[in-house]
Amino acid sequence: MSRSRTLSKAVIFAAVAALLPIAATSAANAQAATEIQLSYKDKKFDPAEISAPANTPIVIKLKNLDAKPMEFESKTLKIEKVVAGSSDATVNVRAQKPGRYEFVDEYNEKVARGALVVK
Amino acid sequence: MIAALIIVFREVFEAGLIIGIVLAVTRTVPHRNAWIGGGVLAGVLAACVVAAFAGALSNLFAGMGQELFNAAILVIAVVMLTWHNVWMARHGAELAGELRVAGQAVVEGSKSLLALAVVVGVAVLREGSEVVLFLYGVIATGGDTAWGVTLGGLGGLALGLMICLLTYFGLLRIPARALFTTTTILIALLAAGMAAQAAAFLEKANWLTAMDNVVWDSGWLLSDASIPGKALHTLIGYTDQPTAMQLTVYLAILLITFVLMRLYGAPAKAVVPARG
Repeated sequence: MSRSRTLSKAVIFAAVAALLPIAATSAANAQAATEIQLSYKDKKFDPAEISAPANTPIVIKLKNLDAKPMEFESKTLKIEKVVAGSSDATVNVRAQKPGRYEFVDEYNEKVARGALVVK
Repeated sequence: MIAALIIVFREVFEAGLIIGIVLAVTRTVPHRNAWIGGGVLAGVLAACVVAAFAGALSNLFAGMGQELFNAAILVIAVVMLTWHNVWMARHGAELAGELRVAGQAVVEGSKSLLALAVVVGVAVLREGSEVVLFLYGVIATGGDTAWGVTLGGLGGLALGLMICLLTYFGLLRIPARALFTTTTILIALLAAGMAAQAAAFLEKANWLTAMDNVVWDSGWLLSDASIPGKALHTLIGYTDQPTAMQLTVYLAILLITFVLMRLYGAPAKAVVPARG
């Protein structure tokens, strides 16, 4: 009984281990990404509208200048990232089709809004 | 106050669903309340620790600490859920039957309970750390709305608790015989969904970039950010824009669970009748 339990664990770990090389090799040939600087202070994003070219990965460098934590969230971009007070965060966004993608600070959803325009 | 209620409820919702399912799964196991209660408590404590070190955590692994941390705890939950299913396939009958009172079965029951307590703890940790951060942030500003936010937070918590109870009593309405099958399927789907979510976090951290093409977009039909979409997201891993990798991981976990349950489940039936 305990042997079969060890076996079943081994199978699961083997499955996880099998996926790792894929992750390692593919990380190396990721496309060059568009980097965008974005800061957040007093419940406002600066700039409130950022833009990026279509079909290229995007990296948003977000500076939270407030002392409070915030949660950078975009439903359409599938981003949810907590950023501690007075600290920086990196947000990877996969290549997007042209369009306007809104984001908010989830903790101040009504006032703290911005958008990423992909052209 | 309403904003606080909505935010806290949204975070607690997922944990509530998972705890409800785990309670239903373990309803015949002795001492389950202590184990699951322990899991919730450990989750709350860990959530406070994670919230306190959110900044430091985020800066690990080139700013991808949060994503990798989420992926890692989801993987732990997937392993625990799968192990539980395989374990139950083997011992579920003994536990439910007359052997339930036997000391051995109680001990064995606790082993599977530990796995489920970990799952509960991990769910509370993940959702709880965001609640802690949110409430901390609001209280840190001080001033006018602190009281309202506390009330809203408690209201959100109460609604989350209600989801937990609704799930639990909803599942208990299923006849005992069918309940085992239902919860086995539910747990397998829950595990597959969590694994796909873990893959999504690894994709966001750029650790997993293979097969990152979006297979379909059903956001127009049901957004996974809406409450029904979120329920389906937790229960069966619904995502409105799954990548090929997420789908593959999802199906792989279902397949692994099925194969393991076949291989290691119910050995008594296969051996005993042959000899008569």
